[in-house]
Amino acid sequence: MQSKRKIRVLIAKPGLDSHDRGAKVVARALRDAGMEVIYTGLRQTPEQIVETALQEDVDVIGLSILSGAHRALFPRIMELLKEKGLTEVMVFAGGIIPDEDVPEMKKLGIKEIFGPGTPTEKIIEFVLQNMPKKA
Amino acid sequence: MPELSKIEEISQGVVAGDRRSIARAITIIENDAPEAKTLISKIYSHTGKAHIIGLTGPSGSGKSTLIEKIVREYRRRGKSVGVVAVDPTSPFTGGAFLGDRIRMQELSTDEGVFIRSMATRNYPGGIAKATRDAVKILDAAGKDIVIVETVGAGQSEVEIIKVAETIVVIHAPGLGDDIQAIKAGLMEIADIFVVNKADRENAEKAITDIQAMLQLNTKEKAWKPPVLKTVALTGEGVPQLIEKLEEHRTFLKREKIGEKSLLRAETELVEAIKEKAVNSIIEELKREGKFQETLQKIMAKEIDPSSAAEKLLHSKFKKAK
Repeated sequence: MQSKRKIRVLIAKPGLDSHDRGAKVVARALRDAGMEVIYTGLRQTPEQIVETALQEDVDVIGLSILSGAHRALFPRIMELLKEKGLTEVMVFAGGIIPDEDVPEMKKLGIKEIFGPGTPTEKIIEFVLQNMPKKA
Repeated sequence: MPELSKIEEISQGVVAGDRRSIARAITIIENDAPEAKTLISKIYSHTGKAHIIGLTGPSGSGKSTLIEKIVREYRRRGKSVGVVAVDPTSPFTGGAFLGDRIRMQELSTDEGVFIRSMATRNYPGGIAKATRDAVKILDAAGKDIVIVETVGAGQSEVEIIKVAETIVVIHAPGLGDDIQAIKAGLMEIADIFVVNKADRENAEKAITDIQAMLQLNTKEKAWKPPVLKTVALTGEGVPQLIEKLEEHRTFLKREKIGEKSLLRAETELVEAIKEKAVNSIIEELKREGKFQETLQKIMAKEIDPSSAAEKLLHSKFKKAK
């Protein structure tokens, strides 16, 4: 019997800003590309995001942030993922993240950062190409 | 693909209640991986302890919000809870947007709660093919209560009866043509009715409508479905709902001694035999080349599919007769 694998993606909004248009557009684009997208709503703590990723056994996490708190929240999320053994999960981010912060974010293990104006096709293609090979 | 030792490890993890193992086990089942059957066979003896509750009703009636409050109330009473929340898969793209957790955000860091979102993957009837086995995983993992939230269901999405012991049908006033939304199928499967958003006008009318419908049931039943009022946003009426859920569970244990679970086991066995039989027959026909041959004849309009199937099966089972 063939395995019917689906890509499962968590789209999460850490921190306190309530601008979720971008997150919803990306969620919808990934859904229309045939993925199963879990969206958890606004104002998630790093603990909530990582626990949700664990329970939902996602392959990919997309973080959307526009509050400027990425330098505090992203390291915590990456640390918790490691702590819980979710090292295979691919993480990408989007929103307002200044160019000078990008190298630091990538060093944390965030695979890519998408700024405003990124075509959704580019994000879909990126997810498909960088899907972790999970057991 | 996980190897056998990995499956052993995961099933042991499930029985020990390890959350990562539970999550991975559900994925294996959802993907219908070859290991899924082994996994279920390993955990099966640990199932049967949880109270399995199905919650169904039309879109916008407040299922997710109510579940959040139900889970909280159970947690207050010291019970651990598993939730499987089902949302529809798009028949066009195969993708799905799973948003039930939005209403359950704060539960995600409670260690006594495990929530899993699940897409139907085009399985009909309001749940996913994997829902039943996902429930078994949560049951084997020691959850006292397992709640299944179906997709927004109208009339015929009654597949949930194959999964749950106690079925709660939820309705809300102002969802259109009053009781139309829950007329045929859903009316018949309910063990408990809930009129949610009971603070709205017309709530009383919704309750009276359901009660009137129930009175038309001429068949005498040992369990008469109660009609309850809740306001999921505030939690009003939820403790009373939990009381009724417990009452129904006691009733099931006392009165019908597992009549429903016998029915569920039977359905499951029949379905499993069907799947295996069909698969092996088709495989054999393909090996013999008869399948492709017949397919060509159907394409050429020499024979219709139904007659072709009859002919193929006849030739296959002739010897046995």
